[in-house]
Amino acid sequence: MDSVIISSILFATITAGTPLIIVALGQLIAEKSGVLNLGAEGMMAMGAVVAFAVTLHSGSPWLGVLAGMAAGALMSLLFGFVVLTLMGNQVATGLALSIFGVGLSAFIGKPYESDILPTVEAVRIPLLADIPIIGPAFFNQQALVYFSWALFAALVWFLYRSRSGLILRAIGESPSSAHSIGFSVIRIRYGATLFGGAMAGIGGAFLSIFYTPLWVEGMVSGRGWIAIALVVFATWRPFRVLVGAYLFGGVMVSQLFLQGSGLDIEIPSQFLSALPYIATIVVLVIISRDKNTVRLNAPASLGKPYRPES
Amino acid sequence: MFKSIVRLEARAESSALMSYASPLIAIALMMVGGLILFSILGKNPIEGFRIFFINPISDIYGLSELLLKATPLMIIATGLAIGFRANVWNIGAEGQFIMGGVAASAVALYFYESEGVHILILMVIAGGIGGMLWAAIPAFLKTRFNTNEILVSLMLVYVAQLAVSWLVHGPMIDPDGFNFPQSRMFEEPALLPTLIEDTRLNAAFMFAMSVLLVGYVFMYRSFLGFQMQVAGNASNAARYAGFSAKRMIWIGLLSGGSMAGLAGMTEVAGPMGQLTEHVSNNYGFAAIIVAFVARLNPIGIFFASLLMALLYLGGEQGQQYMNLPSSISNVFQGMLLMFLLGSDVFINYRLKWGTK
Repeated sequence: MDSVIISSILFATITAGTPLIIVALGQLIAEKSGVLNLGAEGMMAMGAVVAFAVTLHSGSPWLGVLAGMAAGALMSLLFGFVVLTLMGNQVATGLALSIFGVGLSAFIGKPYESDILPTVEAVRIPLLADIPIIGPAFFNQQALVYFSWALFAALVWFLYRSRSGLILRAIGESPSSAHSIGFSVIRIRYGATLFGGAMAGIGGAFLSIFYTPLWVEGMVSGRGWIAIALVVFATWRPFRVLVGAYLFGGVMVSQLFLQGSGLDIEIPSQFLSALPYIATIVVLVIISRDKNTVRLNAPASLGKPYRPES
Repeated sequence: MFKSIVRLEARAESSALMSYASPLIAIALMMVGGLILFSILGKNPIEGFRIFFINPISDIYGLSELLLKATPLMIIATGLAIGFRANVWNIGAEGQFIMGGVAASAVALYFYESEGVHILILMVIAGGIGGMLWAAIPAFLKTRFNTNEILVSLMLVYVAQLAVSWLVHGPMIDPDGFNFPQSRMFEEPALLPTLIEDTRLNAAFMFAMSVLLVGYVFMYRSFLGFQMQVAGNASNAARYAGFSAKRMIWIGLLSGGSMAGLAGMTEVAGPMGQLTEHVSNNYGFAAIIVAFVARLNPIGIFFASLLMALLYLGGEQGQQYMNLPSSISNVFQGMLLMFLLGSDVFINYRLKWGTK
């Protein structure tokens, strides 16, 4: 393989991994507070369609991203109301949110199915982009790629270096203790849930504005679920989310590897498309093989409703 | 917020009345939501309501279509309910449905141009086994490696969709079909006989009735069904009583998988009459909603399936007469489940007015 091919494979891998990073980091924060929202797929779909529509009408991709973020947050607010205020079952409600979001997005997106957005220019970082191979792959990217790195850095600081992060983790581990020393569990969980929704919305927006850039029903195609699996795979650690997302990104662009390898093998396209899903199952098996890995790392109150005894 | 005016107070014990009333409240809320949705879209809400909920079932043909659409839902939801009762979350019924359809189609195509009842019988068996094998993957991974069955069964939905797409583009393509991605049309011996003349309602409805009956007996009259219920409600109690958790997982997933596979068979041998990429109409996901709305109870599943089938038919009518995208059915279905989960709070809590 020559350097141009390597560089373009790296580029594609990073692009494919970016929405996973953004969505999975959002879910990670929600899960750290003890909220398991399986609705990521639906929130991404809503983020994607709203972002697409707003970008198309306004001509501004950034307004689109904001709208997608708002759509994701609104969806998560609905989820939060059912599971936090009404204490509904988190698994079932998340599932409902996915079904609802995917259906509603198809409904809203129907008129936009034949539209295409203009390509958004990549943001080139001077000097760094001139490094051979790595430069064009890492530093001549869409702005949201840099955002995903900034988000990663910010969350690492927040979770492990800030007081608020400590409180968030405490609530995920033991909501009743956190409550007894005066923190509002429900309010903080609402915040974490909304953040997760907003990030899922941005992840969806990335797909429809920068990645494809068009809207097709079902275009999220399981990325929301993969992001949830990624958080488990990463054992709730941000750095592993980053690594895992690029691994999946690599699997998603596996066609490129095949072309780059120069081998002339006839593989049905459906097989290559199935790889990310099969890879998800494989990594889940690897990580959960040892019972303690998941149990010790998962926030202790994950998925359990909490009602303060007031 | 409004918490200061209204607050929730725990009931001394869960309200049996509310656990039956809450699905009805959810249905009412969904209909109100529908009226609002129609208004937002600039359609006449009353007209929309009529087209969506009344028109589809105003004649015999409509009613037969309702039963036809409800059939796979009843079959799948009963299988899923058995697992859900034991907290085994198989949400990949959509994929198991597809694999059942694929296996049944393979039998139909193998016996192409031959005669005999054995074809249909083998198709039923193949369908059930196809779905069961697909569900055995998450069951094996869960019992052997402790892998989350929700994520695995769901990932396998995408794999199944891609597998069927590959099959109808390649190995199972109709040789005389001008390269259209679909199998041959099945012949008479591979099609389920219709029950009422001039309708599409077929013998699968009888399967559905039997499945509901057997499901009821299993859930409420068998020791194993009781064990699974205990495992779901009080996992510690089940462990002390020595009920094998692994066995529950296997039974929960395999019952859901085999029933979803059977439903897949009834679809290819019924209204579809062939294998295509779009063999499932989202039935696998809709059946999850059915199971929840039905409170995991076979009698409830009967009625919830009819309601869900009505939403499908309403969606088709809305597409035809109101120029709405067909995905409006999914919007209604999702709304219904969200409202249900929300109103379930009143089973264990009651509203109190005024601040304490």
